[in-house]
Amino acid sequence: MSLLREAALIAGKDLRIEARARVVGQQVVPFGLIVLLLFAFALDPDRGVLTRVAPGLFWVTVLLAVLLGVSRAFALEADNGARDALRMSGLDGSSIFLGKAGALAVELLAFEALLTLGVVVLFDVRLASLPPLILASAAATVGLAAAGTLYGVLAAGIRARETLVPMLLLPVVAPVLLGATRAWEASIDGVPGDAWPWVGLLVIFATLFVGIGMLAFGPLLEES
Amino acid sequence: MIDDGSALRSDRLMAPVARRVVGGLAVVTLVALVVVGLFVAPPDALQGDAQRLMYLHVPAAWLAYLAFGVTAVCSALYLWGRTRSLVWDRIAGASAELGVVFTGLTLLLGSLWGRPIWGVWWAWDARLVTTAVLFFLYLGYLALRRIPAALDVRAKRCGVAALIAFVDVPIVHFSVTWWRTLHQEATVFNPDLDVQIEGTMALALWLGVLSFTLLYVYLLDLRYRLEVLDEDRDERDLEAAIAERAHGAVPSAGTVGVGS
Amino acid sequence: MSLVVRLRSAVCLLGRFPALAGVDLDVAAGETVLLSGGNGAGKTTLLRLLAGLIPLERGEGTVLGVDLGADRRSHRRRIGLVGPETGCYDDLTVRENLEFASRAAGVGADAVDESMAAFDLGRLADVRHGRLSTGQRRRLALAAALARRPELFLLDEPHAGLDAPARSQLDRVLRETAADGRAVLIASHELDLVRPVADREVVLVNGQAAGVLPEGSPQAPAASQPSQPSQPTETPETPGIPEPPGRST
Repeated sequence: MSLLREAALIAGKDLRIEARARVVGQQVVPFGLIVLLLFAFALDPDRGVLTRVAPGLFWVTVLLAVLLGVSRAFALEADNGARDALRMSGLDGSSIFLGKAGALAVELLAFEALLTLGVVVLFDVRLASLPPLILASAAATVGLAAAGTLYGVLAAGIRARETLVPMLLLPVVAPVLLGATRAWEASIDGVPGDAWPWVGLLVIFATLFVGIGMLAFGPLLEES
Repeated sequence: MIDDGSALRSDRLMAPVARRVVGGLAVVTLVALVVVGLFVAPPDALQGDAQRLMYLHVPAAWLAYLAFGVTAVCSALYLWGRTRSLVWDRIAGASAELGVVFTGLTLLLGSLWGRPIWGVWWAWDARLVTTAVLFFLYLGYLALRRIPAALDVRAKRCGVAALIAFVDVPIVHFSVTWWRTLHQEATVFNPDLDVQIEGTMALALWLGVLSFTLLYVYLLDLRYRLEVLDEDRDERDLEAAIAERAHGAVPSAGTVGVGS
Repeated sequence: MSLVVRLRSAVCLLGRFPALAGVDLDVAAGETVLLSGGNGAGKTTLLRLLAGLIPLERGEGTVLGVDLGADRRSHRRRIGLVGPETGCYDDLTVRENLEFASRAAGVGADAVDESMAAFDLGRLADVRHGRLSTGQRRRLALAAALARRPELFLLDEPHAGLDAPARSQLDRVLRETAADGRAVLIASHELDLVRPVADREVVLVNGQAAGVLPEGSPQAPAASQPSQPSQPTETPETPGIPEPPGRST
């Protein structure tokens, strides 16, 4: 079986489970919207502060959702000894990585779409130029999903993983927060020219972490 | 694998004599640094005595990068199949510990220096932000190292984490620099400019770099030795456990070999 | 007679505890071997070693022609391992779980129907794993291994939790498997249930193997160290190290 077909098998399995369990829909999305509300409480909603800092708040919220998504993606494999079954399955580590990261990226994109709606409605944000915004979001999401999946498997066998993953993952994805926020700002301000270099940075990050993940996931999955 | 049989396995990085010599030299150069840095070098024309913090800050920063560089190289050597040996993992871990200490020292000294000179404890200078992210990246690495696991499991896990951190540093540095430059707020302060100005100031800086490097080598060897002693104790426990498992519970089975 | 499993002085660690302390074992193609021994004797560890899930610490091991010391992954696709847990996903149905298992192993879709029929799971095809009873889960676990069409079955307490019809289904599957020339290792305490289908019994004692020849068996025991007919002894299951008298350190 080819790499991509194996990856599709894993991604299909993860997405089907997610569609059944509805954890993202019923818990993560409401969580994101509550965070947006809390930001409005913490910052002054009347003087345009929220509108100006909306891109940063958006991506900080996405980072928090990534932590939840990673935890969820590997909790699936911890139940009923599924992790051993996955190791016994004979599937290649690279394709398991691509499948799990791909499913996480799809879930994150759905989350981001709803969160964008929240930002537009609640923070009065106008999205001036969409193409760089969409491309930046896609590249950032792939990078976050890849890095998250990599640290998810790294910490999978560890009891303290719920606290360890944020500590390891957040500093690593700091450039993604920076790049995606700047690209959003430029897109909202209607100067897409400023956004493209950041899109480039996000693409480099995503490529790098997809590469590392494909190499390292298999060996890390073995070390439970 | 407790002992992978590699020729590289050794109980110590250098002979005890060598370690004592390095330690002694570190003490001598540190004393020289104190004398030159505090008394011989003149106070800076603009920054006054606060500038003397640079004699510690710059060497600490150099050492932080050296230590993390060593961690990255040793992690790669461990992960690379042909050079796989726990020697590399031990050096990587010991070096990362020292790197985190010296990164913390760099940030602390920079902050102490920034208060009188910049008027603030912290500035969103690209170099500062990168160093802070670096500090947290390797703090996470050390947290991972403290998780109990078989030695080869830990080595593999931490090796990957160290390489990710290493790959991430240029991206962090690049993005942060870019970010601050775009906002036209990049600071013009460059603490290294002074090196050109006064001979004794340069001497103090070089003494700092030399003494800190010697201290690093000394501490690295000491930490390595401690790690080996830890592993040896675990190994002895394991041998006893295998023997006990094979013979202990069944008294009549005393002649069965266990392939040791 | 080609060997499917060959172990020599195999040592395996669970954490710091040597769960296997020098096991010798040979299993030929088409052979069904019962692994017996008390709790903590190392039965489960031995199955996990053969599956490649835990590393061979010392000694030699070959499974399905693959040297465990060099590679413990490439033979996994050809193995059907049934452990204490099902390895299935709660939110997938019986059929979906079986399809995932067989597709991952690269086996045709008809294997799913065959394995469901073999363990009478047809009525439960659209029920999610999370809603199955314990016994139904055990049947699903066995079916999931069968759906991979493995060359070597590694079964850990397969009869536990099964009702009488399910036990006879399992017996039939085991006989058919042996007739196909595939090998089966069964770790079990249910000696009366397994002995009728087993060609041979290997007793594990304190992480070491001793071959036992069942009555009326045409085959000679292949396992070495037959000089060790020790009584199975209860040893602690946890990797704690008991303090023997007179320990020097």
